[in-house]
Amino acid sequence: MISHEVLERALNLAQDAEVFHVASRETPAVFEANRLKLMETRETAGVALRIIKDGRIGFASTTNLEDLGKLVDAAAEVAPFGAEARLEFPSGRRYPPVDVYDPEVERFSMAEMVHLGQSLIEALRAHHTDVQCDAHVSKGVSTITLLNSRGGSVSYTRSVFGVHLEGTLVRGTDMLFVGDGQSSCHPVTDTALILESVEQQLDLARTVAPPISGSLPVIFTPHGVAGVLIGPLLAAFNGRTVLQGASPLVGRLGQRIADQRFSLWDDPTIPYVPGSGMADDEGVPTRRKALIDHGVAATFLYDLQTAAQAGTVSTGNASRSLASTPSPGASVLVIDEGDVSYEDMVKDVKEGIIVERLLGAGQGNVLAGDFNANVLLGYRVSDGKIAGRVKDTMVSGNVYEVLNNLVAIGNKARWLGGGFRTPALYSAGVSVSAKK
Amino acid sequence: KKRILDEYVATMLTVPGVQTCTIGYGDSRRKTVFASSEGAYTEQEQVHVILRLAAMARQDGEVQQAGVSLGSSGDFSIVTSLHSQAREMGQRAVDLLRAPKVKGGEYTVVLDPILAGVFIHEAFGHLSEADFVYENDHLRDLMRMGRHFGGRHLNVVDGAAIPGLRGSYKYDDEGTPATRTYLIREGELVGRLHSRETAAKMGESPTGNARAIGHTFPPIVRMTNTIIEPGNATFEGLIGDTKEGVYARNWYGGMTSMEMFTFSAGEAFMIRNGKIAELLRPVMLTGNLFTTLENLDGIAGDLDMNQGGGCGKGGQSPLPVSNGSPHIRIQRCLVGGT
Repeated sequence: MISHEVLERALNLAQDAEVFHVASRETPAVFEANRLKLMETRETAGVALRIIKDGRIGFASTTNLEDLGKLVDAAAEVAPFGAEARLEFPSGRRYPPVDVYDPEVERFSMAEMVHLGQSLIEALRAHHTDVQCDAHVSKGVSTITLLNSRGGSVSYTRSVFGVHLEGTLVRGTDMLFVGDGQSSCHPVTDTALILESVEQQLDLARTVAPPISGSLPVIFTPHGVAGVLIGPLLAAFNGRTVLQGASPLVGRLGQRIADQRFSLWDDPTIPYVPGSGMADDEGVPTRRKALIDHGVAATFLYDLQTAAQAGTVSTGNASRSLASTPSPGASVLVIDEGDVSYEDMVKDVKEGIIVERLLGAGQGNVLAGDFNANVLLGYRVSDGKIAGRVKDTMVSGNVYEVLNNLVAIGNKARWLGGGFRTPALYSAGVSVSAKK
Repeated sequence: KKRILDEYVATMLTVPGVQTCTIGYGDSRRKTVFASSEGAYTEQEQVHVILRLAAMARQDGEVQQAGVSLGSSGDFSIVTSLHSQAREMGQRAVDLLRAPKVKGGEYTVVLDPILAGVFIHEAFGHLSEADFVYENDHLRDLMRMGRHFGGRHLNVVDGAAIPGLRGSYKYDDEGTPATRTYLIREGELVGRLHSRETAAKMGESPTGNARAIGHTFPPIVRMTNTIIEPGNATFEGLIGDTKEGVYARNWYGGMTSMEMFTFSAGEAFMIRNGKIAELLRPVMLTGNLFTTLENLDGIAGDLDMNQGGGCGKGGQSPLPVSNGSPHIRIQRCLVGGT
């Protein structure tokens, strides 16, 4: 077995070692301009090695599984320049049972995938003949194996199935982009929700509303929440950022940083969600934890190295790609539902906007929690009614201000992508600037 | 390499108020072999160097950062004498803690060459990639040749045949020779960027812009080196004519959705009565492509290239590209702040 061989070789010249082996196979079906454009299968396999040699961490990775000696030598060559090793590889082999594999995903045929995508496009275009559709239906399976010199060992397989639909409507120089999707460890066969969401976006955006500027109430739909909040919050809760003193939340654990109705969890134990798993990418067993518990900053996210540096234990949040060393990251984020319906939120707004999709939200001072973005898809609300699409409009603000000025939290959460579940959030007073 | 970077870390940390810093350095050597059943066979080797320096300052729970991104196609000297720049980054991060936010709204903006390069890449470059228009009749009509996009002073070109830059190569990833393609000449649309597929579909010639980030990805239409050509104005003149505006420099990021684009500046200053005035918090600028190019009313002669970025498209990111421009001025640009 490759992992064992690498480990053995590594231990010839290092005191400790960890082998991360990933093999994956993905089959996307890509639809462009309302029809199937291409299908392909992509297979990749690779090994990453971390060694602790003379108290320092060496790292190397490769997709060339024929020359493992080179991998080991590369890790050894880099080790003298590496970080001082504060971590200890986990030795346990007990993991919570978290199901993330459904063999039906592999059995789902290419013909069925094509049919799924084509039907979805045709269903949208049946009532919207001027919308041009792109879509993506993909299935994939990956197997991860982790082995280390302390006796730690874990291996699991994950299946992922995703369906995504995008529509483009061009009228003169006006461009409207709508879209939605679903991702799961099970095959996604019921696309009704995707269709409904995209049709609703088309209906609401049909007319362009007059511009509005000012400090206004803003309703962030689940997509809007993802666009605005997640980047800054994850940067602030990242254990490494905290250690560097660059997080605005340094020293604030246990303090109120948001409205007391607001809770944010990282829960990689939810079954059949693509971001879940029984172990993190260092083999530490996963668990559910609150980042923000009823408004109070509860936990930062750590991997082994940053936890040791911070004098605490890993929260099971090590995240890595093949070619990078692990670093703290969220797995599956969940914002607790509140008790106000989206419809009631809209009715409550005298003059304000709804934010669905943003352009450029992650480009500002993310660490400080600032966001500054163009509202790519958003609607104007006047006297409690949606009055058309806003254009040439920017929203600017700070996520901590938004979370401390919440008017209401939606009562219906939904999944976005493979790892974020949230309701809508209704905030008072966000800065909106529009071109006159 | 590590020793030089350690020096920069030490330099940044000597600035009072700097909390921490991050430096990312990478170099790569890539050999690409291409063969086709039509008889084409090419072997090319490319070397890339990239460096990002960023300093973070914090005070009373507030955090600001300042950084710079540089790159080259193999020239290591861009990395070696950045001590004063490192110190500047540290100082700027600290200064930003005290800087006010810009009041959001429409402004006359003057962009430095680096930020203007990002602007043209996001605002126009992506729309010139033929795979965004070749299947969509409406977009093809919007992007018809001869269409007026800006003033007669505006000339925009893209090409891998421009040598020595991060987007330079001799043959693209379909074996097509690189070119230098005018996209806008004297304000009119005269060209676009093609792969063999988009060229065939649109009845135009391939331009050597089909690129794949790696062998597991299909080549798609990508930019290479994208440039606004120098004009007759001067930087001093562009600022001097502006009663109230924003001078923005040093890119931080950029994105486009075809009609709308955004790009964010690492550094911004108010312009008041023809002079550069107070430092502002980093700003985001956004606009509608079609009106913004019309509002581009001044192009200086001081062309400079931004080689510190990578472009993302279709899951293939970061692809080495360069973009550049002289200082430019845009009227009525929407600037985000509070």
